[in-house]
Amino acid sequence: MAQPKDFGFGSEEQMLRDAARKFLKDHAPIEKLRALVAKDHKLAYESAVQPLAWDERVWKQMVELGWTALAVPESAGGAGMKTIAVAALAEEIGRAALPSPLIATLIATAVLREAGTDAAKTCLERVVGGAAASFAGPGAEGSWLPDATSIAVTESGNGAVLKGSVPFVQEARKAAFFVVAARDAKGGVGLYAVASDAPGLKILPDRVVDLTRDQARVEFDDVKVGTSAIVASSTGSVGAKAVAAALPAILTIVAADLCGAAEWQLQTTAEYARVRTQFDRLIGFFQAVKHPIVNVMIDVDRARSLTYAAACAIDTEPESALCLARMAKAAASDAGAFASSRSIQLHGGIGFTWECDVHIYVKRQKHNQFYFGDGPYQRAKIAQLIDRAA
Amino acid sequence: MTEHEEFREYCRRWLAENRPAAPSFRLPLSPIEVMTEEQRRYLCAWEKKCYEAGLIGCDYPKEYGGGGHAGFQQIAGQEMGRAQVPYLINVIGLSMAAPTILNHGTEEQKRRFIPPLLAADEIWCQGFSEPNAGSDLANAQASAVRDGDNWIINGHKVWTSLAHFASWMIMVTRTSNEHKYNGLTYFIVPIANTKGVTVRPLIKITGETGFNEVLFEDVVVPDAYRVDEIGKGWTVAMTTLLYERGAAEGAGSGGGISLDERIAQLVSLAKRSRRDGKPAWEDAIIRDRVAQLAIRVEGMRQGHRRMRVEPLTDHPMRLPLQAKVTVSELMQDIAAVALEIEGPAASLYVGDPGAPDNGQWPLAYLNSYGFTIAAGSNEIQRNILGERVLGLAKSK
Ligand SMILES: Cc1cc2nc3c(=O)[nH]c(=O)nc-3n(C[C@H](O)[C@H](O)[C@H](O)COP(=O)(O)OP(=O)(O)OC[C@H]3O[C@@H](n4cnc5c(N)ncnc54)[C@H](O)[C@@H]3O)c2cc1C
Repeated sequence: MAQPKDFGFGSEEQMLRDAARKFLKDHAPIEKLRALVAKDHKLAYESAVQPLAWDERVWKQMVELGWTALAVPESAGGAGMKTIAVAALAEEIGRAALPSPLIATLIATAVLREAGTDAAKTCLERVVGGAAASFAGPGAEGSWLPDATSIAVTESGNGAVLKGSVPFVQEARKAAFFVVAARDAKGGVGLYAVASDAPGLKILPDRVVDLTRDQARVEFDDVKVGTSAIVASSTGSVGAKAVAAALPAILTIVAADLCGAAEWQLQTTAEYARVRTQFDRLIGFFQAVKHPIVNVMIDVDRARSLTYAAACAIDTEPESALCLARMAKAAASDAGAFASSRSIQLHGGIGFTWECDVHIYVKRQKHNQFYFGDGPYQRAKIAQLIDRAA
Repeated sequence: MTEHEEFREYCRRWLAENRPAAPSFRLPLSPIEVMTEEQRRYLCAWEKKCYEAGLIGCDYPKEYGGGGHAGFQQIAGQEMGRAQVPYLINVIGLSMAAPTILNHGTEEQKRRFIPPLLAADEIWCQGFSEPNAGSDLANAQASAVRDGDNWIINGHKVWTSLAHFASWMIMVTRTSNEHKYNGLTYFIVPIANTKGVTVRPLIKITGETGFNEVLFEDVVVPDAYRVDEIGKGWTVAMTTLLYERGAAEGAGSGGGISLDERIAQLVSLAKRSRRDGKPAWEDAIIRDRVAQLAIRVEGMRQGHRRMRVEPLTDHPMRLPLQAKVTVSELMQDIAAVALEIEGPAASLYVGDPGAPDNGQWPLAYLNSYGFTIAAGSNEIQRNILGERVLGLAKSK
């Protein structure tokens, strides 16, 4: 199938994107973000438990706007919009560096969509209703492969039992339920919906660098799951297949978040170079300032182009989606890292202070750079893909 | 089928049927290294044939020798690229002189100069750069002094690609010392067999020639060859540069071979080359480098696609102005990685029977600097991007 020239980004998608940008500008501006996540450096640096800093009212409004329903198929009561729309929304979330469970929920949604069972449908209906979800499974041992998980499962006639502990679960304290990947004794991977207050489930919040995020290790101490919550069975590793099918979307969503934040970093750094004067000149005059900012722009643009292409491929040409999504995630991870580094350096002393907003974005970018694999990780996989194509 | 689809079909069919036999001699990587008379004859004959078949000059008005169509040239260009037929030698004529004359020339100039240019009967060169006017083009000093109906030209142009084959030059001259920018005037100047004109080849780092220095000593040029008004040379030159940059994006990709194919070539080269006793393709760092380039190739392709999707571009010039920088640096880095893959075999140059891929990679590497320097060096391009797109203070 051929891809549309415009990435499938039509008037409907543009309306959504523009509305999201305006909503976040009005309801989650940088001043509010600063007050929310960076008001007290002591809390961030010294407290034993990561403070949970997010605006639940904004989240409720986002649910009312239909953002959680966006990627849910119409059959489960959602809007069934294209991945290009989801990517555009994720980009706006990144631009606002919004602390919210939306990205985690969109990722869980991508996995649930691919599972396609009644149990998955029930979960998706909950998401439409505003339940935040998070995907728990990969991340241990540095693997993000579709069958990666550190949880064990035993399925039986009346459900399943989960045991083990999984690191790096996103937005764990905001999630109403988890989509958990777990491996059975034969090596098959299944998917299970588990309420965050299920007996035997323990959330151990991490102390994370990123002030806009909530992350935890989640422990499962013989957590019982009913048959109606088996999203994909471990028999035949059906769960791993669903995750594999969702992987391009997962990578694309994280890449879009990185791109949005990187664009903010580019514009904010350029703005500073337009107003700050030294040696009687605006510092943007100096090519040691000007050229790195241009290089950031070139890298951000590459990442954005690839992210839109990956999203469009998921919608229209699935066979080429994985390679493009890995390229998008690699390019966005590197662009985010480079934009971060230059945003601090080119702000000078003020850029090194807690008071200046750039550190909030730098920390979010560093988090997303490694989540689901950084540039070198993706490129190792891409080398296999282009070898096969060559 | 629309008129455009029909034309595309036609181009495909014609190119399949008329592909020229490979020459018995070597052709250089790009038209601006064409050196010998036999190369010139082969390439001019091919270009003329394309013109006669309607694949060149399709969008020019009929009265100037064109096809009188709209939107055909892009299609013909794409199909020539796809078919991997030889490049067009009269590149400076086609991509710079003709559009400049069409925009700024008199009716007589259009009728006299454009038809033989399109037919590759007359080759063109560009005389902008001088020893002391490169990036700072407005510093051009070659002088034109009025003498009745004529102008007398004196001066020194450098890096003049194709001047050794050229009938005509588009030339920036100084007609007044009072103003830097408004003291420039643009001319069409005869080069071949012209009294007072000396063309001397300059040798490139590859060992090839292809560009020249051109000396002017009391060269007489009729006023009828002046393009646009006296003192308007800077404006006319900007038109030429606009088209040059567009052409440079294409030229940077190096005569026909698609960038995807270059990545496939790197993979194949890495499988054949040995590194630490194993195929280089098994080396994680080599794989990483090739994957990085594959990402840049795909990113560039998707950037070209996004350029035309207005709601996803933010600023109209943001992506177009990046194109020359990204393609020229990509070509350079592809060649540099090829040398890393070859390891010690990268020491073998064209002509060595043992050189992998006929020694094309060291040649491509050396040659790649032409494109990061010419058509506005990449440093100048970065200034332009920072200033026009991001509003940073002008460096001048
Ligand atoms: C292969 C090739 C073919 C060419 N063909 C033609 C031709 O047919 N006709 C023609 O007229 N010219 C031609 N040129 C010339 C070309 O346009 C010039 O080489 C180019 O504009 C640079 O000028 P320069 O060589 O004088 O270098 P300079 O301008 O002296 O530059 C030297 C270095 O300084 C940097 N620099 C200069 N100014 C600035 C600044 N403001 N900010 C940052 N960095 C700066 C440059 O980027 C470069 O790295 C050709 C060049 C090449 C390499």
